[in-house]
Amino acid sequence: MEQELGISVKNVSKRFGDFVAVDRVNLEIKAGGLAALLGPSGSGKSTLLRLIAGLELPDEGQILLTGKDSTYEQVQDRNIGFVFQHYALFKHMTVRENIGFGLRIRRVPHKQIKARVDDLLELVQLRGLGDRYPHQLSGGQRQRVALARALAVEPKILLLDEPFSALDAQVRKDLRQWLRRLHEEVHVTTVFVTHDQEEAMEIADHIVVMNKGKIEQEGTPAQIYDHPATPFVMQFIGPVNVMHRQKEQVFIRPQDVVVTLSPPTEPGTFTDRARVKRIINLGWEVQVELSLDDGQSLMAHLSREQFADLALTVGQVVYTTSKDERSFPLDYVI
Amino acid sequence: MVKGKKISIEFLLITIALLFLGAMIYMPLLALLAEVVQGGWDVIVKTWHDRNFQSAVLLTILTAGIAVPLNTIFGLCTAWVLVRQRFPGRALVMTILDLPFSISPVVVGLMLVLLYGKHGWLGQIFDRFNIPIVFNLPGMVLATIFVSLPFVAREVMPILEEVGTAEEEAAKTLGASGWQTFWLVTVPNIKWGILYGVLLTNARAMGEFGAVSVLSGNILGKTQTLPLFIEEVYTNYQTGEAFAASLVLAMLALVTLVLKEWLSQKTGSGHRRIH
Repeated sequence: MEQELGISVKNVSKRFGDFVAVDRVNLEIKAGGLAALLGPSGSGKSTLLRLIAGLELPDEGQILLTGKDSTYEQVQDRNIGFVFQHYALFKHMTVRENIGFGLRIRRVPHKQIKARVDDLLELVQLRGLGDRYPHQLSGGQRQRVALARALAVEPKILLLDEPFSALDAQVRKDLRQWLRRLHEEVHVTTVFVTHDQEEAMEIADHIVVMNKGKIEQEGTPAQIYDHPATPFVMQFIGPVNVMHRQKEQVFIRPQDVVVTLSPPTEPGTFTDRARVKRIINLGWEVQVELSLDDGQSLMAHLSREQFADLALTVGQVVYTTSKDERSFPLDYVI
Repeated sequence: MVKGKKISIEFLLITIALLFLGAMIYMPLLALLAEVVQGGWDVIVKTWHDRNFQSAVLLTILTAGIAVPLNTIFGLCTAWVLVRQRFPGRALVMTILDLPFSISPVVVGLMLVLLYGKHGWLGQIFDRFNIPIVFNLPGMVLATIFVSLPFVAREVMPILEEVGTAEEEAAKTLGASGWQTFWLVTVPNIKWGILYGVLLTNARAMGEFGAVSVLSGNILGKTQTLPLFIEEVYTNYQTGEAFAASLVLAMLALVTLVLKEWLSQKTGSGHRRIH
């Protein structure tokens, strides 16, 4: 059986003046997948997305969309759906006109446009708001209109550029889950850009971590979290303690820090003596800031039960080990 | 106490603004209207039937009718290139764009006479094909274009900048060609800027005196626009006729303003234009 093809980026670079935004990137995204490009601002993730869309042209390399060389294909001919960070809805058009725009361009008969727009309004749960103008909608509603507009032309590929970053926390959470479900329904190859690791973990089945125009690591959320390939990924995905031990940098997740009241008995475990500096009780977990004898600080996240068993107080002397840690040579350049 | 003070300052500022506007704009207009009314119906009818007046009105509308569309198209292209493209010399072009505002119209006239006159660099070429420029309609249109050139570009540029490229990009991802994007997305977003620019261009085109005066040769009934006609009859002590013609010119300007207001009311989004 012939395998369906998604997106294939081959050795692509893009420079803006002296700044190398995307540096010889190779990337495969399988058809029907939901991938996240994750990285800090300036890491090249948005540029890579715009290159896939054809909103930018690469300086070198090749981009294949569903198996077809699209490197120099016009945006208009790529049959993609693109959702912009700030929605980019047409201000002078109603919600209906916005969603139907791509179909109007394709000269689809009015009746069919109306039917399709009705379906999409249903899909994005905006029935009854079709005659409003964008400025009469909330941020979350606008972004759903933008999504419906992108989906109206039945794109082969859906690209989203920081789609939820302009929304407030609760709406963002709702929309994430909604996008996940939507993807299960429509099953279009989807790539979205985010700087929020939690968002990437929650939505994507494939995460591509980018830094300084290069791909730092890619894999499933579990692979990225459990086996970070570099200190950068380790630090970017979730909170982490960075400790200096002889000629090594040691990375320990706060939830992997084990706190005991007496020194552990098994030989060979690395143990530190520490003093409790501050206790932050968040309810579902307790964050304990420890000060090691050599002056370094260490953050430990304890469950409520662990905390209750230890009955820690500020100033108390404790011993710390770690369930899991990763070390890199000190001169490793991030 | 503080609030009372604030209100009195507001009141003072409003009064100053209204007095200034009154003295500088409304009263002169009113004085003109009163003068014409006082002069009586006869003068108005006489002016109206004056063949030279009629030809001046037609010529004014003709020059504006050519200059305004050309400057609108050029202004839109310029605005788009200057806002959306980055190229070496862009800053220089921006500066040169304002030149028509800063050079005295008389000087503009002389420059054009030099360039397009019988012995000018370009004039020689046109002369070979027997196309008269200076002291003829083409010259007057050239002068009008020159002095009213920057309005559309200057009005559209800040709006184009503010609107940004996201909507245009969105249209393209949805399959719209460059041309479709321009008409369906860009133009609706900048239409108030275009309209306002066109109105300013038109007002300047109809009212221009200095540059057109140099280029026209001032041939009565042939190369006289309304401002030139008014000046001539006024210096010939036909004050009644001069004022009547002035009123017509002022009215042409008022009509464009009313037209703009009507258009913005009709589309119901006039309040959105920022100025």
